[in-house]
Amino acid sequence: MDVSIEDLIGSDHVTLDLQASDAEGAVKELAALLDEQGRLNDREGYVQAVLDREQETGGTGMESGVAIPHARSAAVAEPSLAFGRSSDGISFGADDGTPSDIVFLIAAPEGENQLHVQVLSKLARKLIHDDFRTALREAGSADEVVEILEREVEL
Amino acid sequence: MKFVGVTSCPTGIAHSEMAAEAIEVAAKKQGHEIEMEVQGASGAPPIDSELIKNADAVIFAIDADVRDRNRFSHLPKVEVGTRHAIDKADEVVKRAVTAAEEGTKEQPADAGSGDGGEDAQTQSSDSGGRGVGAEVRRWLMTGVSYMIPFVVAGGILIAAAFAVGDAVTVTDSNVYENFTIPAMLFEIGGQAFSMLVPILAGFIAYSMADRPAIAPGLVGGLIANAIGAGFLGGILAGLLAGGLVMAMKKIPAKGAIKRIMPILVYPVVGTLVVGALMILVIGEPAAALTSGLESWLQGLQGTGSIILGLIIGMMMAFDMGGPVNKAAYAFGLAALEAQSYAPMAAVMAAGMVPPLAMALSTRIRPKLYTENERQAGDAGWLMGASFITEGAIPFAAADPIRVIPPMMAGSAVAAVMSLLFNATLRAPHGGIWVIALIGNWPLYLLAIVSGTLVAAALVTVTKSVGRGDEPTGDDEKADAQTAAA
Repeated sequence: MDVSIEDLIGSDHVTLDLQASDAEGAVKELAALLDEQGRLNDREGYVQAVLDREQETGGTGMESGVAIPHARSAAVAEPSLAFGRSSDGISFGADDGTPSDIVFLIAAPEGENQLHVQVLSKLARKLIHDDFRTALREAGSADEVVEILEREVEL
Repeated sequence: MKFVGVTSCPTGIAHSEMAAEAIEVAAKKQGHEIEMEVQGASGAPPIDSELIKNADAVIFAIDADVRDRNRFSHLPKVEVGTRHAIDKADEVVKRAVTAAEEGTKEQPADAGSGDGGEDAQTQSSDSGGRGVGAEVRRWLMTGVSYMIPFVVAGGILIAAAFAVGDAVTVTDSNVYENFTIPAMLFEIGGQAFSMLVPILAGFIAYSMADRPAIAPGLVGGLIANAIGAGFLGGILAGLLAGGLVMAMKKIPAKGAIKRIMPILVYPVVGTLVVGALMILVIGEPAAALTSGLESWLQGLQGTGSIILGLIIGMMMAFDMGGPVNKAAYAFGLAALEAQSYAPMAAVMAAGMVPPLAMALSTRIRPKLYTENERQAGDAGWLMGASFITEGAIPFAAADPIRVIPPMMAGSAVAAVMSLLFNATLRAPHGGIWVIALIGNWPLYLLAIVSGTLVAAALVTVTKSVGRGDEPTGDDEKADAQTAAA
């Protein structure tokens, strides 16, 4: 496949210090990173789509401390990924109440070019594994996060 | 124990994949065999019906419907949400073991066929509510995405051959008999270009019906090359091959026959039928079209510059290497041999416009294009400047109805202006590399720039129309156009 993880995320899409204390704030903060890189057509529309989905599903937080807020929307210009880490953790509605300290915001465009899906599914599968999550938690810089992703999520 | 499982979620991006991975990891850790089917956006293949038949239980980790649920109706079942499966995969697998031991069955679903073998074979589309048009677009996009590297490699290397060598003689060179660097670059680029149409056709077919469709598609594409049917012929070959294999997959088969279908029947029958159709049904008309148009153009000798320019321009951009384009090019070549140098200049101007216009459009409105297309756009500057019209094929093949008409308009503008300025060209190719052989070159460049601006402006507008919500009609028209060519 000719879409790889580098096409979805760069160190500009990474923050190791999310300021937000709630899910809505975290989604907005990460969406702003994507918007600054021209990845969104309509930031507000996209954020709304993500929040609607969070609401519908009761939140994308998992007991492992990872949350993956996401939406497929015409408001997305280019398939993208943003990564945020929060020192205090943010509630994304995990069943046992575990706050999420790792947040992947996924932005998928509407329509036909679905090449990025393979990369996202690979990433999603990786998130099940402890050692991958630990590496992300211990990464010291945005570049290191991207390096980990490039190394672990190659097709 | 042996389990099968299905995961699904509404967007099909993340939860279904995570749940599948979590269950697979947990089941293997507990010493079971498991095969998961992710009914998500990545379009993973359905589980083999033999595996379903022999499984001890089925695990559904779903936030959305299960497609073809009947396939599993004979099995004990555990059904949970995806997040529950992700968080507590171990527990879910243990419940599946219990269910298998107790034989808890799912309520037989309505159709209730015990063995859903036929259903399991049905190639389910990954799109739920998406229309036929969007589906066709996705097939074309897949084919194009595999083709782009060949376009870029071929285009850049041929342009390099023109740049470092003599653009007029390099096309007649034979690197195997008489080695020169430009001849080698030209040969390598040419070989890359010869793969354009086959790869396009092969991977359109692949995206429709998976691996068994690649051979019929590629061979159909090779024949499209041989009969000079261009990329529109390639699209047709790809759609034919994909559709045919899709249809063959629906033929019910059992046992030994079923096993030989993918290794023997799909490739042999598919390739034979697609190849025969291309030769018998498409080959003759494509050749007749080229020669017919060519003699028609000969008859237009001496017509006014505007009419002739409009016709040459539109023909050059219509199929970019297909029968219509070739007729226009042959007309220019014939004029050149008769020492009339204006038509060739118009032909080249018209052929330079499409890649330049696409390059410009991807720069004006990058958001209208995929990352892939933007890269192809950047390579388009050099290809357009070198009269390598193929540089625009990825755009035209992915979205014919929105791209081809604007290109025709821009090329027509360039050709008309070139004729009105009485620009001349004493070479059959080369683009800006043969500028020394162009008569009245400042105004000639003006003609090319004008055509480029017109085509880029128009295509930027058409690409903006109806985005996100693909109107079905458009793609059906695109199909009709493909068929017509």
